[in-house]
Amino acid sequence: MLLQAIGVTLQYRTADRVVTATRDVSFSVDRSDRFVILGPSGCGKSTILKSVAGFVTPVAGRILLNGATVTRPGPDRVVVFQEFDQLLPWKTVIQNIMFALTAGGRLPASEAAARARHYLEKVKLTASADSFPHTLSGGMKQRVAIARAMAMEPQVLLMDEPFAALDALTRTQMQEELLQLWTDTKITILFVTHSIEEAIRIGNRILLLSAHPGTVKAEIHSAGIDEADVNGRLLSARIHAQLFEDANA
Amino acid sequence: MPERLEQPLPTWRRLYENGTVRKTVLLLVLALMWEGYARVLDNPLLFPTLTATVSALLASTRSGELPRAIAYTLTLLLEGYVLGLVCAALLTALASVSKIGADLLEMLTSMFNPLPSIALLPLALIWFGLGNGSIIFVLVHAVLWSVALNTYAGFRALSPTLRMVGQNYGLSSVGFITKILIPGAFPGILTGLKVGWAFAWRTLIAAELVFGVSSGSGGIGWFIFEHKNQLLIPEVFAGLLTVILFGLFVEHVIFRTIEERTVRRWGMQI
Repeated sequence: MLLQAIGVTLQYRTADRVVTATRDVSFSVDRSDRFVILGPSGCGKSTILKSVAGFVTPVAGRILLNGATVTRPGPDRVVVFQEFDQLLPWKTVIQNIMFALTAGGRLPASEAAARARHYLEKVKLTASADSFPHTLSGGMKQRVAIARAMAMEPQVLLMDEPFAALDALTRTQMQEELLQLWTDTKITILFVTHSIEEAIRIGNRILLLSAHPGTVKAEIHSAGIDEADVNGRLLSARIHAQLFEDANA
Repeated sequence: MPERLEQPLPTWRRLYENGTVRKTVLLLVLALMWEGYARVLDNPLLFPTLTATVSALLASTRSGELPRAIAYTLTLLLEGYVLGLVCAALLTALASVSKIGADLLEMLTSMFNPLPSIALLPLALIWFGLGNGSIIFVLVHAVLWSVALNTYAGFRALSPTLRMVGQNYGLSSVGFITKILIPGAFPGILTGLKVGWAFAWRTLIAAELVFGVSSGSGGIGWFIFEHKNQLLIPEVFAGLLTVILFGLFVEHVIFRTIEERTVRRWGMQI
């Protein structure tokens, strides 16, 4: 077991109140899993991802990576954000990737350059290596962010709705590319989304969260396609029912 | 005969569309008006001609008087500017680490920013005496508030995503500040430097006019003041022209170049 969340309760503070984002959430991720956290907005799924990354400390429960408690951000858990402004605007595409590798003094520059080129090739952006981020399209920026995160070769790749701000065509294309990258590298992915369709396509395991506060509803396996069960109900319909059964009751 | 999809504009139209050409023509017209009016007026004590001003400029450059004054002014300016930047950096650092520091910065800036630095000169003369200390004091006041405020605004405008990305890299705290925070806040920092420079330059010339000589040498403001006393009005105009030319050079050549190489190139222009 690579990553474990045990009874994690997360809160955040606004100007005048403390809000509980998730309550008593537990799950475990194995090596090479594509683990998707799926839930409506307000279920605290992004907050869970941020606490795995080490940006948010749980008020109760623990997050373990290889058995050690996560206390702060580190290059073994790299986040790909939804926002397009996650690339450093003052560095070119290749410099952005290289800086991520040399920043913590983890790789010498020559090795970093070679590895950066390798991953840039994987996301098919070699031609844009020397462009500045503001000249790229949204999809290209996300590709660079993914290449940068993968080049850091983290234990687990954390993805916070990375394709949510893209147009539908680009989104589908990016999902396929991500699956291809996973096939090549077998990297462990923790992926957060509010789209049932995306969860089915990306994940091999899907954790369903309810909203306000986020609690675990169920865990589901996915084979990557929206199959019907023995009763003829589609996987997406079953997920939808489980997520919203309270609202219908 | 095939239809022509594109056709060149007439030459005069293309020249008219070019901003540099338009402004050059305007400048020439103004220069001609100056020269013409001064000749009609024919009173070099009130309003010397452009040619007289230019020859005074060349003469005092050749004699070494004007270059000495420029060097004197620039030395003083740099001392005050750098000291002001150091103070601004300390104040911004304080504002970045605590809410009280941020409140202090906002309060001090809103109190002192509307106060023209030159208004502090009489007080500075009592505190620091008739030396460069007084001028440096007003210069620091001119630079400090705008630089501190803009730099702080630059830090605050840095997106939370970018901060998290920086934290993800496992940088030391010094590395995080120098490699993420400062480049990220650079648009704000540069705005502060520009505004601070503009205040400092105007304040310094004004301060030198009031009081600008020590140990037998003075700056450009003093050059203007002294020649007015000697009724050498073309030299006064030459001094003013120098102030304008140097101001233009810093704002449109130096700062423009920095901008094009950094924030414009990075697409970070606010």
